Amino acid sequence: MTRYIVGRMFWGLVMVLGLVMVDFVITHLLPGDPIDALVGNYPAPAAYIERVRHDFGLDQSLPMQLGHFLVNLAQGNFGFSFVNRQPVLPLILDRAGITLILMLPSLILASLIGVALAVAATGQTGRIMDSVLTGVSLIGHSIPVFWLAQILIVVFAIKLQWLPAQGMRSIRTHDPLLDLLRHLVLPAFCITIYYIAVVARVARASMLEILHQDFILTARAKGISRRAVLWRHVLRNAAIPVITVVGYNFGTSLTGAILTETVFAWPGLGGLFINSIANRDYPVLSGIFLLASIAVVMANIITDLLYAVADPRIRMTPARA
Amino acid sequence: MPIARAKVLKWPALLSIVIIGSLLLLTLIVPQFLPGDPLALTDDILQPPSGRHWFGTDDLGRDVLVEIIYGTRVSFLIGCAAALATAVAGTVIGSLGGFFGGVTDTVVTRFAEFFQVMPTFILAVVIVALAGPGLLRVVAVIALLSWPQTARVVRGEVLRLSRLDFVDALRCVGIVEWRILAFEIIPNAIGSVFALGALIVSNAILLEASLSFLGLSDPSVISWGRLLSAGQRFLFSAWWLSLFPGLAILVTVLAFNLLADGLRDMFDPRHAR
Repeated sequence: MTRYIVGRMFWGLVMVLGLVMVDFVITHLLPGDPIDALVGNYPAPAAYIERVRHDFGLDQSLPMQLGHFLVNLAQGNFGFSFVNRQPVLPLILDRAGITLILMLPSLILASLIGVALAVAATGQTGRIMDSVLTGVSLIGHSIPVFWLAQILIVVFAIKLQWLPAQGMRSIRTHDPLLDLLRHLVLPAFCITIYYIAVVARVARASMLEILHQDFILTARAKGISRRAVLWRHVLRNAAIPVITVVGYNFGTSLTGAILTETVFAWPGLGGLFINSIANRDYPVLSGIFLLASIAVVMANIITDLLYAVADPRIRMTPARA
Repeated sequence: MPIARAKVLKWPALLSIVIIGSLLLLTLIVPQFLPGDPLALTDDILQPPSGRHWFGTDDLGRDVLVEIIYGTRVSFLIGCAAALATAVAGTVIGSLGGFFGGVTDTVVTRFAEFFQVMPTFILAVVIVALAGPGLLRVVAVIALLSWPQTARVVRGEVLRLSRLDFVDALRCVGIVEWRILAFEIIPNAIGSVFALGALIVSNAILLEASLSFLGLSDPSVISWGRLLSAGQRFLFSAWWLSLFPGLAILVTVLAFNLLADGLRDMFDPRHAR
């Protein structure tokens, strides 16, 4: 088991290093001189431009620049955002926390509903539920999340006026928690709907596969009721692929969260991301990419470890093929 | 079940072909019959849907229906071009890994895994933001980010096929390796790529819409995502600016997803219920 964990960690480290390289290559080799962003459109004297270039180490060779970049990253220095006048790392981490407030409840809720849908579709009266599941999963995969967000605002915030349209908190409120929850409903729904689709599909497929295995027949032959078999044996085994799909889709859900946040003006990473695009704030953009990548790699490792704990066959095989 | 019966598309997939076909026809035919410049600015600003403007008008007085029809071109063009590029790249890379095995295979699999781990949308945004928008760039970025799925599927198929007896038979007759791969194995494995192709088109359309929703598209080109981005500003006063372009995306992507399901059932009967 230890060997498996170490191997997995090592591979994760290699991935992160690779992602750092990708980030470096993109920001340094694509057209667009960072000097333009720093100096602006003003006709600056050549000597000044040379000095700025030197001050920021941009006159050094690419390998040297890469070396500095790696050393800085290792020290937690992700660069400085000139637009926000703040170091990049604390800026992103602050916003990431707010994004997690939106993401985590959505993921948990979606996993529960997705599995419940799959169970309902597997039961004896499953035919109608099966169609419902297929429909939900198709729509969840096809709907543009930012459009769903807009429509929810139009219907529930503007026409019906049941829920707030924007932001995370009201200025004046008696009950901060309830206020937060009210702001959470619509954006969380947007992220949930995609995830329900993903989870339900996988849960249903793996439950069907398990239902046809011999040990289920054995359990039924021993006289255990269909319902008990479903809950005790099928669901437990089907949980593994569900964990996997939730973990492996962490990056996708982050994307969904970012797009959703922009429509609802949720003050998380999404808003920061959009502003950084508009202001061409490259340190923040590449910082978000790097931290998101690291989060995704970590989510994958945790998923694999959970998987290995749940299923001994995985940790017995030395490396992932 | 006889093979001939399994190779028929079911009704949802047929319906999706009808939808995709009518959308294509609409974008090709309608602009020919519109009088004057259909995208000229008029005084009918932010009109709600009516008999004159079925889907209402935007803040510059342009008909939303006409804009959606023009946007269809961009979405289909980008979707299909990206799917083609992805299919070619994925097939070439995947078949190399599956056929030659060993180090080549390890490199291909690891590389694909690496690309699948990356938060692709964020990367796409960073690339487009740095390099500037443009149809070709968006297509290239989408292909760059979505080839691993195809490569993995093709690799699996090629691996399975290359262990079959007929490959050894071809070797005995003296046919060189790359010919076996190109003319015997890949044609047999290509069915799975078709099914994935429809899926890639739908993903590409969504990705393009998301990018232009964030303002990362050519400002002079009308696309569905750009329409939604404009609608965001008038969310509180003009709901029709958001509703209809989004519906267009939903219907199109849904159609391609249905088609993908149908094609998968057709080419891979193991998935069929």
